[in-house]
Amino acid sequence: MEKISITIDEQDILAQKGATILEVALANKIYIPHLCYHPDLKPAGSCRLCLVELDNGQLVTSCRTPVREGMVIGTRSHEVDRVRRPLVEMLIANHHMDCKDCAKKGRCELQRIRAYMKIPKKSLERLRLPEEKLPLDESNPFFVRDHNKCVLCGICVRTCQEIQKVSVIDFAGRGNNTKIATFGDKPIAQSRCESCGECVIRCPVGALVPKNLRRPAHEVKTICPYCGVGCGIFLGIRDNAIANIRGDSDSPVNRGNLCIKGRFGYNFINHPDRLTTPLIRIASKNSDELRVTSNEFNKDKGLSLVTCHLSLFREASWDEALELVANKFKNYKGEEFALIASTKCTNEDNYIAQKFARVVMSSNNIDSSARLCQAPSIAALIEATGIGVVTSSISELEKATSILIVGANITRSHPVIGLRVKKAVENGAKVIVVSPKEIDICRYAEIWLRPYPGTDVALLMGMSQVIIDEELLDTAFIKEGCENFEDFRKSLEDFRPGRVERITGVSREKIAEASRIYATSKPAAILWSTGITQHSHGTDNVLALVNLALLTGNIGKHSSGLYPLWGQNNALGAYDTGCLPDFYPGYQAVAHPEIRKRFETAWEVSLNPKAGLTLTEIFQATLEGRIKALYIIGSDPASSIAPSQKVREALKRAEFIVLQDIFFNETARFADVILPGASFAEKDGTFTNTERRIQRICKAIEPVGNSQPDWQIICELARRSGSSGFDFNSPEEIMSELASVTPVPHISGFPTHNGKGRFTPLEYRIAAEVADIEYPLILTNEKNLYSGGLLSQKVEGLNILRGKGFVEINSKDAQDFGIKDGEMVQVISRWGEIKVKAKVTDAAPPGVVIMVSDEGTINLLTNPSLDPVAKTLETKVCAVRIVSQT
Amino acid sequence: MSNKQCKVLVCHGTGCVSGGSEQVYSLFKNELKNSGYDEDIYVKRTGCHGFCQQGPLIVIEPVGIDSQREGIFYTKVKTDDVPEIIQSLLPGGRPLERLFYRDPSTNQTIPHYHDIPFYSKQERTILRNCGNIDPEDINDYLAVGGYKALHKALFEMTPEEVISEVKSSGLRGLGGAGFPTGRKWEACSRASGEEKYVICNADEGDPGAFQDRSVMEGNPHSVIEGMIIAAYAIRARNGFIYVRAEYPLAVKRLKIAIEQARQKKFLGARILDSGVNFDIEIFQGAGAFVCGESTALVRSIEGKRGRPKPLPRARTSEIGLWNKPTLLNNVKTFANIPLIISNGPEWFAKRGTEKSKGTAVFSLTGKVVNCGLIEVPMGITLREIIYDIGGGISGGKAFKAVQTGGPSGGCLPESMIDMPVDFDSLSLAGSMMGSGGMVVMDEDTCMVDVARYFLDFTQRESCGQCIPCRLGTRQMFKILDDITKGRGRPKDIDLLLELSEAISRSSICGLGQTTPNPVLTTIRYFRDEYEAHIHQKRCPSGMCIVRMEGD
Repeated sequence: MEKISITIDEQDILAQKGATILEVALANKIYIPHLCYHPDLKPAGSCRLCLVELDNGQLVTSCRTPVREGMVIGTRSHEVDRVRRPLVEMLIANHHMDCKDCAKKGRCELQRIRAYMKIPKKSLERLRLPEEKLPLDESNPFFVRDHNKCVLCGICVRTCQEIQKVSVIDFAGRGNNTKIATFGDKPIAQSRCESCGECVIRCPVGALVPKNLRRPAHEVKTICPYCGVGCGIFLGIRDNAIANIRGDSDSPVNRGNLCIKGRFGYNFINHPDRLTTPLIRIASKNSDELRVTSNEFNKDKGLSLVTCHLSLFREASWDEALELVANKFKNYKGEEFALIASTKCTNEDNYIAQKFARVVMSSNNIDSSARLCQAPSIAALIEATGIGVVTSSISELEKATSILIVGANITRSHPVIGLRVKKAVENGAKVIVVSPKEIDICRYAEIWLRPYPGTDVALLMGMSQVIIDEELLDTAFIKEGCENFEDFRKSLEDFRPGRVERITGVSREKIAEASRIYATSKPAAILWSTGITQHSHGTDNVLALVNLALLTGNIGKHSSGLYPLWGQNNALGAYDTGCLPDFYPGYQAVAHPEIRKRFETAWEVSLNPKAGLTLTEIFQATLEGRIKALYIIGSDPASSIAPSQKVREALKRAEFIVLQDIFFNETARFADVILPGASFAEKDGTFTNTERRIQRICKAIEPVGNSQPDWQIICELARRSGSSGFDFNSPEEIMSELASVTPVPHISGFPTHNGKGRFTPLEYRIAAEVADIEYPLILTNEKNLYSGGLLSQKVEGLNILRGKGFVEINSKDAQDFGIKDGEMVQVISRWGEIKVKAKVTDAAPPGVVIMVSDEGTINLLTNPSLDPVAKTLETKVCAVRIVSQT
Repeated sequence: MSNKQCKVLVCHGTGCVSGGSEQVYSLFKNELKNSGYDEDIYVKRTGCHGFCQQGPLIVIEPVGIDSQREGIFYTKVKTDDVPEIIQSLLPGGRPLERLFYRDPSTNQTIPHYHDIPFYSKQERTILRNCGNIDPEDINDYLAVGGYKALHKALFEMTPEEVISEVKSSGLRGLGGAGFPTGRKWEACSRASGEEKYVICNADEGDPGAFQDRSVMEGNPHSVIEGMIIAAYAIRARNGFIYVRAEYPLAVKRLKIAIEQARQKKFLGARILDSGVNFDIEIFQGAGAFVCGESTALVRSIEGKRGRPKPLPRARTSEIGLWNKPTLLNNVKTFANIPLIISNGPEWFAKRGTEKSKGTAVFSLTGKVVNCGLIEVPMGITLREIIYDIGGGISGGKAFKAVQTGGPSGGCLPESMIDMPVDFDSLSLAGSMMGSGGMVVMDEDTCMVDVARYFLDFTQRESCGQCIPCRLGTRQMFKILDDITKGRGRPKDIDLLLELSEAISRSSICGLGQTTPNPVLTTIRYFRDEYEAHIHQKRCPSGMCIVRMEGD
């Protein structure tokens, strides 16, 4: 970069060409008062406090004026002071100066400016002071807006525009009545605000401050435990508790950005409901308590968790509990045992968990709730590309020229990746959204396709058909890098535009337009989430996406590729570390004798050669009495697997269940022993995010109560079971063993047997359930911004913002079925029924009703159909009818 | 006389309309039709005649004779007068003396338009056809030579020649700042980019100013023709007229005019079968004064909040609407263009001073005998305007000050009354041409109260973006308000001067930068009045006394 020399306050400085005077000054530790400048935002030049004097006597705003060779700048000249002083005086006089009690005390830019300019009280007394006091906006559970302290620098407005890109707030009114307002000047909680808090952390004064602010004594760098994005965070610690969280601006994943859950959703860590000691069942499993449903369980009946589990369980020492478990488990070695690993635990925890099942229990019945999320992607990607993982990094997305988003409500499910998509749009990328529901990202889209749920294979194969028809394919790439193209091409015969249009309900013109955008605006990326995978043809859906990428050569190149988005923070890690019935760590097949031999050598034990059962099969087997003992770690199958009634029956049927978690969840009621695990904040280890970035998490506080890190609990249990190979002193030691048994992945080309990507011919299969006379509507589900499983339910503010669950129904359907907005309705499927509030909205297409997936209740309704390959449940399509309750 | 072609021109400016001229017009129509005289007597609506104080106005013109001289001028016409006026136009009829203008100084009646002192000292070029043609009929405009300039520009001149003529005419922007129009056109024409825009700034917001409105209401085609010529010169295909929503009549007439111009192929694709395409859209402002500022106006059209862009920034002529080069001129500037193209730059440059060519249009109001819309050559003295055209101070009171340029301008005292009125002299004296408001004040006017009035306006209209303007105007208003209420503090004058300097030197846009002008000029020329209020708790003009005692 070219350097130029300038002089600031008689100091010679070598400055970056193109930088502004203010940037150069601040970089050289020369302070210039400023309010509206923020390094993350475009300079507004509106506060006028950063005025400096040039040698020609001109006063310029330093935040907007670029440096020029030979510039001579005065930041503290008499002229500057004469003009700036009255401005600062007026600003202070107009500000509610209750600094003593202000949350920003000591970090307030206005305080800093006043101190810098040495403004005495006397000079303020000349001025006329404001009389009016505006009410506070305390509607958001996480932060307060105080207009009386607002200096109207507009940083919050620009943050919302430039960073979060939702533009919830803007300047309103004129002159002295100017203020920052939402649309219609409603309380912020009634606006489209996503509570990301990006504005709160940037506010230079006390106008936007977090509620219950506690200043941390020190910070620990770690990774957010919510979703698969894996944002870098700093946990602020005071008195062995979390005081605050801030984004890590050095993290390549989030660059300091956070969503609401990452920034504000930490109260679960020190929550009074945390399990703090081992518990042993005292009540019979047939007790009435088991019939209490989860909703009643929490608050509605006034039953506190403590009283509830005290009626079912008694507290026990670690020694007693582990002895009991070790002794019991001895009876169930082999096929009668299954382990459900956690998508929230660390890689080290999970490696130990699968090793425990395989080495101690001689069972390959190991799986996790990742089965319900991206298992079809793993299956399809391994099949077609040789490796079951994302093909590019999150940060590359910003440079993509087009982005196809299918089955992912990205701004809610993966908000920080949503920001990268919005940034790409700002950089000129064209976004193609495929979603039955009108979701937020549609507003940024070039084109939005609205297919009928469950018709993705037809739609995506239809797109391939257009691309071939219009000769938009990458022939050279296909010829050199792919196989099976001809078979694939033949299978496209079934996907002529007319047929696709009829199946999907999307016009052929729109499909053609989307295909053209994807095929010609390169590099093109594809993002998908559970909208693609949770189908009885989820693997086919992913294969159809892979076909598209191969066809256009949009794979293996910068900013192109395939992005399966994992829901949980370490779901991919659970799979990578071998929490799979058919694979050892690193996707090494159990069925392969040589591989098994290698593991037998490494683990010094003979291993069960038979591949285990998948998550859904495990509960079927439990119901049938083939599996008798379950070790469930950090998961809640009683509410997360459909149909819930069946899973609960199975749990009742099991002879011995150990649950290891941080909270008493739905499954806990069926457990015989409950072991308290430590949360992410209380242990060391690694999480693997959705782009397979293995990131370090660091212990920030001591484990709550008597809880322990999961790996420690499992290792101790293994030792008590008489097994060797579990004498680890730290997660680091576990990681080195994991590394020693895992192969190094390929670096270039497709890691398939012949180095070629494989096209897959596909046929369209209808979903397991379709609308009929009895069940005329299709229920699908989406992710809620405020939901992140049980953790989020322990955060009061998230509960407030989430509100009560509802089912969204199109206004036309509402009319047909006599449903009024806001009334309680019954949603009835072949598998169960629930009561919920109806929300009439045209965001849902006619014929389709939508619920939030994190409400465990949806699994009371959805059907048990599985994807034949990945055994993932078809949660996204379920035939229902809706009956008004009035 | 042969009454076959007698014309009755009924003024339809906003002033006369509010006085009932529409009713007068329809009654004429009805009466003439019923009596069958509509064959002989032709009645039509016109734009503003300017002498609004005397409205509703009617001018009678026997066609064929020099209408300029022979126009009979009736003032304050009521519907009751209509039958009598018709009678007077029939054979043997005589003009109605009771409706003639009566000169207040001599008490003499003056029957003819151009003998009235209010008109005789003016030089009406932009306004010339305002009271003459039916603004809702393009044929009327065509009959007085309308769109000939466009024809000439399109078929006889290159765009560069058009720009060169505008440049050599010396025309300066009549929105207030006086930037040389030709130079702006040249910059815009040279700016790179296929897409360019022409915008007419018709967001006239100064209190008491109504020149732009009168031009749009009285001769909308002159503005449109000017815009088309500009579009040809800079090669723009789209134009906007940004007009205040508070000007419904102007909006209506512009809409009619644009539609008629499209029908006659002056607007749209392939104008007059040339290769030139240009069309105009009307954009109505939402009531913010600051949107008259060019960058705020551009943002407003873009659908954003109208807020000026801070320096350093590119000129609008280079990066304007939707970041494309944009030519933004005032209504009167565009209205001058057809005249310059038709008559040549020399004709235009004949009027005015060396650096301020042509004419200036003022809304003359306040304590002056003849209020109304006037057009005078640049360089005319304040005395000529106030005494010769305005007829002096009403009620025989003494002249105290004249305020020009609206909230951005200043108050000039009697000692400056012989100062020539042009861009540069006015700003030298601490005031400005501004949009052309001119308020005359007599001995009873309190100058502190005048300053307070203007600061009240600007503190409300500040866009709120920058601290100096948002808080500074508020602070100054509060101080001035205190002074007029007897609550002034000894150091308030110094404080006002200190704040004024900070505001004018640090505000983002012209609105903020010029806001202190009414305060600075009243302190400069009438400091004793401030001191009397502050130190003796006394208002020398007696205006603020009631309020002071009440305190």
